[in-house]
Amino acid sequence: MISTKVSIAGVELKNPVVTASGTFGSGEEFSEFYDLGELGAVVTKGVANVPWPGNPVPRIAETASGMLNAIGLQNPGIDVMCERDLPFLAGYDTKVIVNVCGRTEEDYCEVVRRLADEKVDLLEINVSCPNVKEGGIAFGQNPKALQQITEKVKSVAKQPVIMKLSPNVTDITEMARAAEAGGADAVSLINTLTGMKIDIHRRTFALANRTGGLSGPAIKPVAVRMVYQVAHAVSIPIIGMGGIASAEDAVEFMMAGASAVAVGTANFADPYAALKIVRGIEDFMKEENIEDIRSIIGAV
Amino acid sequence: MKYVENAKVISQKEISPGIFDLCLQTENIAKEARPGQFVSVYTNDRSRLLPRPISICGADSGSGILRLVYRVTGKGTGTEEFSRTEEGGSLRIEGPLGNGFDPDVAESETVMLVGGGIGIPPLLETAKRLKAKCRIVLGYRDSSLFLKEEFERYGEVYIATEDGSVETRGNVLDAIRGKDIKADRIYACGPKPMLRALAAYAEEKNILCYVSMEERMACGIGACLACVCASREKDAHTNVHNKRICKEGPVFLSTEVEL
Repeated sequence: MISTKVSIAGVELKNPVVTASGTFGSGEEFSEFYDLGELGAVVTKGVANVPWPGNPVPRIAETASGMLNAIGLQNPGIDVMCERDLPFLAGYDTKVIVNVCGRTEEDYCEVVRRLADEKVDLLEINVSCPNVKEGGIAFGQNPKALQQITEKVKSVAKQPVIMKLSPNVTDITEMARAAEAGGADAVSLINTLTGMKIDIHRRTFALANRTGGLSGPAIKPVAVRMVYQVAHAVSIPIIGMGGIASAEDAVEFMMAGASAVAVGTANFADPYAALKIVRGIEDFMKEENIEDIRSIIGAV
Repeated sequence: MKYVENAKVISQKEISPGIFDLCLQTENIAKEARPGQFVSVYTNDRSRLLPRPISICGADSGSGILRLVYRVTGKGTGTEEFSRTEEGGSLRIEGPLGNGFDPDVAESETVMLVGGGIGIPPLLETAKRLKAKCRIVLGYRDSSLFLKEEFERYGEVYIATEDGSVETRGNVLDAIRGKDIKADRIYACGPKPMLRALAAYAEEKNILCYVSMEERMACGIGACLACVCASREKDAHTNVHNKRICKEGPVFLSTEVEL
């Protein structure tokens, strides 16, 4: 009998596979394909205190083994999340991680306070979106600002807090340590890498926002390296992500030091991607005679 | 219900330079498809992650055959890969997606179907299923009039060509005004300037105009929020002035959206 259970900040997930914020909505669209209860957790799209309209179109562009996006955190606001999305997710036997975005520290705290009495297992704080002018990455590229917002959020949060880190920094371990020093219960990494694509026929940017976040298999080696570095820099658990498209990719992240993994862009290439990775990890465990998935965390 | 299927290629031919006519055997997708809906077609090249949204030109519920008429968008593109798929090969597709045109229009009404360029194909299945009278206006670049003869089975066909080689010289609006084509509602698919002009024309004539929109998509099912268009009213799902083209659309009433 194999055990795929993992724990993030005291919250037990039935398996280590979660969805990456922004690629899965609040799960409703994917529930037409499979039972969300198969997943370790659903991580929602980032939600702010008020609705955000997002960026102008085009918002995405395909690149070799990846894609750029500049959605701009379009979201319906916390009221809709509480009235519609959280009751929907409560119908599934899975954990719920709400991703929180904001422009100011107070914006983040307002959302976190609203979620205190909701059926939410973990909070993921997005301080790493490269596509919005205010908030987002402004907190994620400065260790002092990151530690301070982590402290502020922790002071009002009822659920454990995951800080989502940006790879667009000189030294990601410095940011991970700042999050840990601020009281974060876990970190998730990596968010997208800032990139650009030019439409040479139109002689302009492929994205209306000019720059966007690069995701997909193209960034996986960078992400694995950063997870490995952070695993050796902090003692809090890590949710690893960045180009995971197969169970083998997921295992790689766990061996680098991640306690759980998030599947993002792969959901666009195949709506069943996350489910296939859950099954593939079980197959890998059987083939390699692994009884407890936790035994591979940081195995390198 | 949406399905992901490995659909077998039954036939494929180039019906006009760069325009391909592909028939696929599907299990459920063709059976459940409505006119004006689309499918996501995945490439076999793993370095191209995103599916290509392609409108449904024909969907036979009896045989399960799905017909896609699409344009190859350039060298080394996903659509070029699809165009090389031969009979007996297969393509992974997802669908049917989006809302489509409402085929249930009273028989007493006249519907003007207006297509421009690669916006023409989704109107064929629409014309086939409409019981109302159809007046069909098709805009082409030149005399390479793909699908024209098939449309003639379902109503009077009017042609506009940019180079003036066939019928009206100019665009579909020039044909509509020039021939004074009247209708009770418009169903349109084509480039945005065409849709904008039709919306203005419909407002002037005080008739309903439904337009099929397009935008770059990632997921095709409403999760990623890449393919939004600006809406006049706050949208019920997004809670902002944005509608998802892949989910609430691609067909919108022209007065719902900013064109």
